[in-house]
Amino acid sequence: MTPLSITSRTLAAALGGYALSALCAMALAVILPMPRNEAVITGILVAFLLCACAAIWAFSVRSAWRAWGGIALVSLVFGALYLIGSPP
Amino acid sequence: MNGSFRQSMAWLHTWVGLLLGWLLVAIFITGTSAYFREEITLWMEPETHDSTLTPNTLDMAVAVLNDKASDARSWDISLPSARHTVAELRWQPLQQRQQQGGGRNRGESVSMDADSGQVVEPRDTAGGNFLYRFHYQLHGVPREVGRWVVCLATMFMLIAIISGVITHKKIFKDFFTFRPGKGQRSWLDAHNATAVLALPFHFMITYSGLLLFMTMLMPWGIDAAYPENRRDFFSEVFSRGGEEAQRPGNPAEMVDIKPLIAQTEAHFGKPVTRIGVTNPNRDNAVISLRVDRDPAITARQRGGDPVQVYNGVNGELQETLLPSEDPVSPSWRIYNVFTSLHMARFADPLTRWLFFLFGIAGSAMAITGMLLWVNKRTQQLKRDQVPGSSLKLVKGLNMATISGLMIAIAAYFIGNRLLPVTLENRGDQEIQVFFLVWLAALIHALLRPNRSGWQEQVALGTVLWLAVPVINVLTTDSHLFTAVAWQHPALASVDLVCLAFAGAGGYTFWRLIRKPAPAKHAPRKKPAKRTAPSTTAPAGENS
Repeated sequence: MTPLSITSRTLAAALGGYALSALCAMALAVILPMPRNEAVITGILVAFLLCACAAIWAFSVRSAWRAWGGIALVSLVFGALYLIGSPP
Repeated sequence: MNGSFRQSMAWLHTWVGLLLGWLLVAIFITGTSAYFREEITLWMEPETHDSTLTPNTLDMAVAVLNDKASDARSWDISLPSARHTVAELRWQPLQQRQQQGGGRNRGESVSMDADSGQVVEPRDTAGGNFLYRFHYQLHGVPREVGRWVVCLATMFMLIAIISGVITHKKIFKDFFTFRPGKGQRSWLDAHNATAVLALPFHFMITYSGLLLFMTMLMPWGIDAAYPENRRDFFSEVFSRGGEEAQRPGNPAEMVDIKPLIAQTEAHFGKPVTRIGVTNPNRDNAVISLRVDRDPAITARQRGGDPVQVYNGVNGELQETLLPSEDPVSPSWRIYNVFTSLHMARFADPLTRWLFFLFGIAGSAMAITGMLLWVNKRTQQLKRDQVPGSSLKLVKGLNMATISGLMIAIAAYFIGNRLLPVTLENRGDQEIQVFFLVWLAALIHALLRPNRSGWQEQVALGTVLWLAVPVINVLTTDSHLFTAVAWQHPALASVDLVCLAFAGAGGYTFWRLIRKPAPAKHAPRKKPAKRTAPSTTAPAGENS
């Protein structure tokens, strides 16, 4: 791995991973069909695991672009879920 | 899984491990001590030791509270327990001081000797709480910053755990492999064994560590579901109930609490440990008697104790609450399990020791990982090649975090016994002793990052840990040769653990000074190699 690729992947893991898990926590908090406080804690339980998995993904795929792409894709999905579920 | 995936995981594991390794070693060691933080605090306040629960303790406590705060809003009496020898009396004064930032008003408190009824003023010390707080917010940096740094290290460790598991295709075979006395191989095996043996513990402790700070790390879900006010979430989830106290009524004689205690103890079949009185000495006084709940790790953590509430004037039973039997939803059960495991809240003494051992295994895992990193790079050096400055730096930092921290903790305990009791800001001075000694160890380690350096630090650590119980004999009346220490096993345990650490240090020192035996099987058949460094040379041998 070149230094540039390592830097890019590190940023993807840290910033991308955090954004991904934040969106996951938000999406699950509003979309899960259960009392609000339960949906919130479920979202948080999943979000932390996803954050670690995102970092691993960032360092395991072939290129740094792919690392960013995968994280962005999943983030978009969670973002869409949040928009669907959030109260108008 | 293909080979390159595993290779990239090994790379990630190695570098993430090195970057945060030192911090993790320190967090693990201080965090392990936190399982016994109440015992350590007790040990560090020898003025409180000679105190035992008697049938009159409660009457004396009520007398003290009547003397100090007969018109308080509320009283709270915690009776002595196995981990605490004195009775703690707290009260909320009638005129509450306005608390800045909306924090909970903690009111006033005194400690009372449980058999004489005298107010005890123990020496000023942070006790076990210093080490406990260090493990999640460090020291000397703003609280929020320290917490974010520790959480970052925690997330790194979660990543290191997952990538570490992936790195080991033969994880169970690795666990049963131990090849002692073979240098790098032995460190690798020890790292694997401590990691895999306690893998569930490691996963639990990191994941729950993040969960405990979820509102700081991940408030976005709360904000998304409670757009109007974040506080609604907390009051829904963490409310303790019954906090809105009534206004004080007119002065009135209170009922005798003792018969109520007998009644509650008969009802629950357990001793009452905590007594709360709202509006004492008023006609609307309310007395609540708490017993310890049965350990149930899925139960909510706060306010979960069974309690009976009485009218404080006529002594009528008003209600019996069993909050721990409230239904808990699956997600909250998961949250509760992880966080109570992290803090071993439910643990009886035996389980607490088990957690302590797991904590030591975790520390050993982090330590062997760090030593392995150095050892591997030392072996890759060509003959006559001197280690570069970065390798020396890593070696020095390893030594400072491992043996240096152990020396500093022993010095903290010794400082507690030797600093004059009347010293100004005594508690802070103890902490200064800790950091000054640690700094000295760091400087020494950076100057001598080699085998002799290790020998010197381990020798010093051994002497200091041995000195703790010895100085305790000379300076207190509750040392290992007195009945008091054994009457409260918590006290004897602290001294005994110090002796055990001294023993472990002595053994390590003996291994370090022994001439490294020529290895029977050199790890690699390189003719350039002198002898393989043996297990006894943690930092390699470049003295």
